[in-house]
Amino acid sequence: MQYLLLIYANEAEIAKLSPDSAGTLLHEYGEFTKSIVQSGNFKAADRLRPVSTASTVRVRNGKTVTSDGPFAETREQLGGYYFIEAKDLDQAIAIAARIPGARHGSIEVRPIWPMDR
Amino acid sequence: MDSRVIEEIFRHEGGRVLATLIRLLGDFDLAEEARQEAFATAIEQWPATGIPENARAWLVHVGRNKGIDHIRRQALLREKVAGLASEGEEPSHGGADDPAEADGAAFADDRLRLIFTCCHPALSLEAQVALTLHTVCDLESEEVARAFLVSQETMWQRLGRAKRKIREANIPYETPPPALLNERVDGVLAVIYLVFSEGYAVTSGAALVREDLCREAIRLGRLLDALLPGRADVRGLLALMLLHDARRKARVSATGDAVLLEEQDRSLWDRAQIADGLALVDQSLRTVERISAYAVQAAIAALHATAERPEATDWRQIVGLYEVLLRIQPTPVIELNHTVAVSMVDGPARALDLIDSLAARSEISGYHLLHAVRARLLQQLGRTGEARAAYQAALAAVAPEPERRLLERRLRELPPDD
Repeated sequence: MQYLLLIYANEAEIAKLSPDSAGTLLHEYGEFTKSIVQSGNFKAADRLRPVSTASTVRVRNGKTVTSDGPFAETREQLGGYYFIEAKDLDQAIAIAARIPGARHGSIEVRPIWPMDR
Repeated sequence: MDSRVIEEIFRHEGGRVLATLIRLLGDFDLAEEARQEAFATAIEQWPATGIPENARAWLVHVGRNKGIDHIRRQALLREKVAGLASEGEEPSHGGADDPAEADGAAFADDRLRLIFTCCHPALSLEAQVALTLHTVCDLESEEVARAFLVSQETMWQRLGRAKRKIREANIPYETPPPALLNERVDGVLAVIYLVFSEGYAVTSGAALVREDLCREAIRLGRLLDALLPGRADVRGLLALMLLHDARRKARVSATGDAVLLEEQDRSLWDRAQIADGLALVDQSLRTVERISAYAVQAAIAALHATAERPEATDWRQIVGLYEVLLRIQPTPVIELNHTVAVSMVDGPARALDLIDSLAARSEISGYHLLHAVRARLLQQLGRTGEARAAYQAALAAVAPEPERRLLERRLRELPPDD
């Protein structure tokens, strides 16, 4: 069973981290990723540029409307994801809890809905 | 054959049969349907064949086959629609071997799995409660809806969403591993206690439904105690519920008003149930490795339950127990109860100091009981004017109807201001 783990955090707070703390966090992410690659749960992962770089696109009456910024203003912003393979929700939750960002932000665990092809 | 005998078997075995069918078929709705069909088959066949020796195993066996037929039909339909020629797959759950359902231990494990799945923290608390009452306690969804004062439609949706999440997010049908067990048992106990409290709250009307909730909560507590024997927290909660519930008849007056503990007619208390609760308190307090808040609360309830008269209550020990409880669970409500106990030992002035410091630093200043307790203390100190203001503050906060009537009576009984 596949899950997408969406990492939400307050960008402003992350930006305020000292270079040392930011370095530690990055190192922790590296270690965590390595561990789930080894356990075979890893499928993909990426981090995202801040919401200040986001554009939102809608098509209305055949016309493309593009606006600056994220889809919704929230206190915590989507900052990255892990795409994993897990036995069940309990395992997915246990993996999500080990993501370094879970200690200050939030991880949303979403089951993948496979497409019939 | 008497159809009541068959119904009695359904009532007695229904929960176990469902729990095992969910494991074998891997789906709540499918298992409920399969059980229904197994019951229908039994009603048809048993009058002619007699009741099988192991009725439970029979029902599981028939239910499983009905469920698998259903999965096959669905698969066949999908194949036809998709125009595929491949062979129909066996369902992934259930396996090929006949379920060795005569085994009592396997049934017990399934019931435990069912409880943990229904009380999974990934479900909302209200969904956990609804699903537990509907699936573990086998209450009709209409009954659950009535008990929680929501429409049938809302309850249907709530149950549907929960079952869908279990299926689509793949919430496991498992007893949690040892590392997670304590945490998950806490969650199950919270659900059981919520069911009990909902039933125990003095509210006007719907009294019968409410009693049902207390009974179901106690039944769940007993079931969990049987399935996970020797746990202090489970026993503590069971004891707490039994001891509180034993006072049920004395808690509300003939006119429907709340009756405070010290004014209750103690001859109305259920002595047998109190004895039952006391034995459990004893057992749960003897387990010392992890002191359970429920066990401490049960011990407090036990001291009240064993006092022949209100004046004979061992308040000093109750104060001590509240102090233990505050270390495990430092909540404003427990602190409030602690001050009441302190007032019985050290007098109202000392208690009033505590309550004023509590009101100053916590967010319960809108809680009607805080004002009610304060009013009572002020009254005892002869500060009538302040007592009146505090009773009015309690009434201004949203208090349940029977408690309002009690507060209004107290207000009327105050002597005129001096």
